Amino acid sequence: MSRRLANPTEDPLWLKLTLGIIAVGFIAIMLLLPLVLVFKEALASGVKTFFSAMVEPDTLAAVKLSLLAAAIAVPLNTVFGIAAAWSIAKFDFRGKTFLVTLIDLPFSVSPVVAGLVYVLVFGMQGWLGPTLAGYDIRILFSLPGIVLATIFVTFPFVARELIPLMVDQGRDEEEAAATLGASGFQTFLRVTLPNIKWGLLYGILLCNARALGEFGAVSVLSGHIRGQTNTMPLHVQLLYDNYDYAGAFAVAALLAMLALLTLALKSFLEWRYADELAASHRH
Amino acid sequence: MSLVVDSVTKKFARFPALKGASFVAPQGAFVSLLGPSGSGKTTLLRILGGLEVADSGSVRFADLNWLDMPARTRNAGFVFQQYALFKHMTVADNIAFGLKVRPRDRRPSRADIAKRVTELLALVQLPGLEARYPSQLSGGQRQRVALARALAIDPRMLLLDEPFGALDAKVRKELRADLRRIHDHAGVTTVFVTHDQEEAFAVADLVAVMKDGRIEQYGTPQDVRRDPKTAFVSEFLSV
Repeated sequence: MSRRLANPTEDPLWLKLTLGIIAVGFIAIMLLLPLVLVFKEALASGVKTFFSAMVEPDTLAAVKLSLLAAAIAVPLNTVFGIAAAWSIAKFDFRGKTFLVTLIDLPFSVSPVVAGLVYVLVFGMQGWLGPTLAGYDIRILFSLPGIVLATIFVTFPFVARELIPLMVDQGRDEEEAAATLGASGFQTFLRVTLPNIKWGLLYGILLCNARALGEFGAVSVLSGHIRGQTNTMPLHVQLLYDNYDYAGAFAVAALLAMLALLTLALKSFLEWRYADELAASHRH
Repeated sequence: MSLVVDSVTKKFARFPALKGASFVAPQGAFVSLLGPSGSGKTTLLRILGGLEVADSGSVRFADLNWLDMPARTRNAGFVFQQYALFKHMTVADNIAFGLKVRPRDRRPSRADIAKRVTELLALVQLPGLEARYPSQLSGGQRQRVALARALAIDPRMLLLDEPFGALDAKVRKELRADLRRIHDHAGVTTVFVTHDQEEAFAVADLVAVMKDGRIEQYGTPQDVRRDPKTAFVSEFLSV
């Protein structure tokens, strides 16, 4: 009793236990178990089958395509995201609220819809398709289409991570830099960027994870050409539909591993730079 | 070579912050803009610093069309109420910032910059704190660093926006005296915003009492105190 009085924010034991069990149980069943099962299933027919499924040419092509699409989409969205967050946080202009809403659009629109919209724009019956075809530029069923779909779906990650951070930091330091004679670019490089680098890094990591895993929008645009326009998630489905469970789970395990690697990298950076992170949050 | 502020106006989203502010100060003067919050004193200061754009009016300073110049070419040192130090830089890097961003042909050498930083830290009475980060300093120390940073660029004009507003009374008094000493030493035209009349009268050569976007009275502390021109001024000073 006296302990309870000593700590006014302490909840009763039964409440803590119940909430704890619900939280841990939910995470275990909904998140951890599926992940474990993916790896178990991938290795079910032996390590040899797992590796032979991995080095299958179509699988390797899918891995390469996914990495290539992410390697193009993530840097572009990093630049777009910084530009969007910078203009929203540091300047006042008409239509700012609308721009913020627009940035969230890819989160609220189903990726399949996004894919279909691009078909309308770039397809042979679409607005730009015939013109581009005249110049021998192919968007649909090829790498540009896949990259476009990935960019659309992963656009909000960097911007969403940076906007609250940059709004919170205000404009004082940028104003100080301007009065000290710094140009806009010098201010960005020496003042703004160092202040947002952690948020930026998280945004890039999340963006990358999503880019590798994107299914819906890419599915509409890629055409599912085995060995050519099949990304990893699409390849998983293709193998699964063809009753190649060993192959499907092998690729799924690889995809899951890339996601875990991203999380591990994020945790490592948080741990390694904990001091600096704490310092940058203090004012 | 004097500072001539002529009928400067500024509106924020229909709210008039400045309704025509004018004053003249000789070169090297220490002017205090005094008034309650919402009187437009900070807006006027930010216009002088190039951080806000005036709707109309003009400012001439040192034979320059001051308002036509962007903030970064005015060479006006600005000290903010919340310090606005660069959090991720050491004290030395903060102070050196304005020198390091200069174009190569006007940038001092590394050794000269380090020497200048040491001198400035001595001037603001914080010798030996080069390697600290802002988060490791007290409020008063941070504002001294901010002052040193503003002085590092050899400013044509020094602008201070309620610089001691976040500090306790004892530190305020110390910093106030130091600021006056530094001003007399450097001889730079200084505009100082405050809502504290005691502070304004103690430190400035000329005081502009502001209300609702206008300058109610402008003169030496002695004149303003002896002969308040309007009911508002006498009431504001008697508080």
